[in-house]
Amino acid sequence: MSLATENLTLTRGGRVVVSDLSATLQPGQITAIVGPNGAGKSSLLLGLAGLLAPTTGAVTLDGANLAGLHPRTRAQSIGYLPQTADIAWDVAVENLVALGRLPWRDRGTEAVDAALAALDLAPLRHRPVSRLSGGERARVLLARVLAGEPRWILADEPLAALDLAHQLSLIAHLKACARAGQGVVVVIHDLALAMNHADRVLVLKDGRLIADGLPAEALAPQVIAQGWGVAARWLGEAGRLGEAGGMALVAGPGPARTDQGLG
Amino acid sequence: MNRASLIFAVLLALLLPLSLLAGRVWIDPFDTGATQNAALILAELRLPRAVLAVVIGAGLGAAGATMQGYLRNPLADPGLFGIAPMAALGAVASFWLNPLLPVAWAAWSLPLLALLGAGLGMAALALIAGRTSSDAEGGAGGGIALFTLAGLMLASLAGALTALAITLAPNPFALSQIVLWLNGALTDRSWHEVAIAAPLIAAGIAVLALAAKSLDALTLGEEAARSLGLDPGRLLALLVVGIGLTVGAGVAVAGIIGFVGLVVPHLVRPLTDRLPSSLILPSALAGACLVLAADSIVRVLPLVTELRLGIALSLIGAPFFFWLLLRMRRGQL
Repeated sequence: MSLATENLTLTRGGRVVVSDLSATLQPGQITAIVGPNGAGKSSLLLGLAGLLAPTTGAVTLDGANLAGLHPRTRAQSIGYLPQTADIAWDVAVENLVALGRLPWRDRGTEAVDAALAALDLAPLRHRPVSRLSGGERARVLLARVLAGEPRWILADEPLAALDLAHQLSLIAHLKACARAGQGVVVVIHDLALAMNHADRVLVLKDGRLIADGLPAEALAPQVIAQGWGVAARWLGEAGRLGEAGGMALVAGPGPARTDQGLG
Repeated sequence: MNRASLIFAVLLALLLPLSLLAGRVWIDPFDTGATQNAALILAELRLPRAVLAVVIGAGLGAAGATMQGYLRNPLADPGLFGIAPMAALGAVASFWLNPLLPVAWAAWSLPLLALLGAGLGMAALALIAGRTSSDAEGGAGGGIALFTLAGLMLASLAGALTALAITLAPNPFALSQIVLWLNGALTDRSWHEVAIAAPLIAAGIAVLALAAKSLDALTLGEEAARSLGLDPGRLLALLVVGIGLTVGAGVAVAGIIGFVGLVVPHLVRPLTDRLPSSLILPSALAGACLVLAADSIVRVLPLVTELRLGIALSLIGAPFFFWLLLRMRRGQL
């Protein structure tokens, strides 16, 4: 039940964006992919979703090569939530969420209802998407992914456009998915959110994995210095995942950049 | 069949008999002693013309709905793929070739060459499409945008060659024939044209209907659509063939009839759930209504020569397009 990369190299527009990356992701967890701008986070997520063909290496789902799966079979297992939230037509919430059933070619009324209920969208089901707030829209788009009942949820910066309250509520929904046994992989910019809420963190820089492990290890100050070129330290208490409080990252004294630059 | 389909099917059922009665010679349906002339007008003039209007309008409506779904843009038009100008170029070529052909072929050369032009346009698009969709998978992106630009380029090339053919027309008669023909019309069409266009357009609409669910997925953007199992190459192939057949066959028998594909989906959209798949069938029916109504109106207008249908629809379509732009500016679309 794992999603894994084996010596994965991805190129986009002739440029290597992920190189020789091997990692095995586990279901039932929230895995955060972090890294400075241009590190290859979104490309890695596209690769994991089977939407960017490997140049070398492979992505496997339960041992089977993702590239060999029929697109519809793949879509039934892996749900992908892109960063951009543009919706072409002003459809009603329930119709948008029902698009998540396309890989199954059924109406999936129960799954749609369940997804709407899980994200507290039932009262909005008939509302056109143009009349939603940013936070409601983000929930609707996640509900679309949930309606497909995928075993893996891959989300590219799902929290980026949200205020604090909506960030926390969306995280709570993702955690519920992980508890239910789904694998959740998110690309995230906010290291404090990753530190406090992820079960595992992958740190990318220049397309390479520079750290992989529990948040406290993978986001240790020396990794942050190496990855972002920023001297920083954590304040607060570790090991209080999911509770109020948690840890905050503050820039500490010292050189703002390492000699490697920001990548 | 959704509500919008039902509405436009009923409207079409009302318009069709009206259209058969209307014209320079009005036919009284209650006149039991109808002359043989009336029967002749009905069977040989009005009926094929009405059927052709329905068929061509349906093709343009369905093509417009699919194009807007594919480009995720309410201002898209089937003309953007460049197939209509390519078909027109083929037709114009026939005005040059006709004097060289045996008389028996003359009746067939125009539609056949127009279809050949549409086919060449489709082949060019398919070649370009193969490249752009593989680029998109490689992450270069811009698959749909690049493809649309390629279609526009094709349209402008075909337009330039058509203009060249007009300026170099072999004689003044051919010149006036070409110019007249380019502004589409259904005047004096017979069952001959129906036989050419109807099967091709019906096949085209069926092909476009196969793309419906993929177009729904595109509502969420290209990447999300692919994550839902959309095969971009298959979708593009369906669209190129479907648009090629509906638009190409329409141009082959009636010349260029603009704006139907642009306008019709807007009339239909508010009556549906706004997903592209819900628009294709009702847009076909609404397109049929629009072309049939417009053709009936140009027929009864008291002018010395009949107003060309293509011109009439552009006269309606252009202000509508302008109104659409204003509404979009106000964010009501």
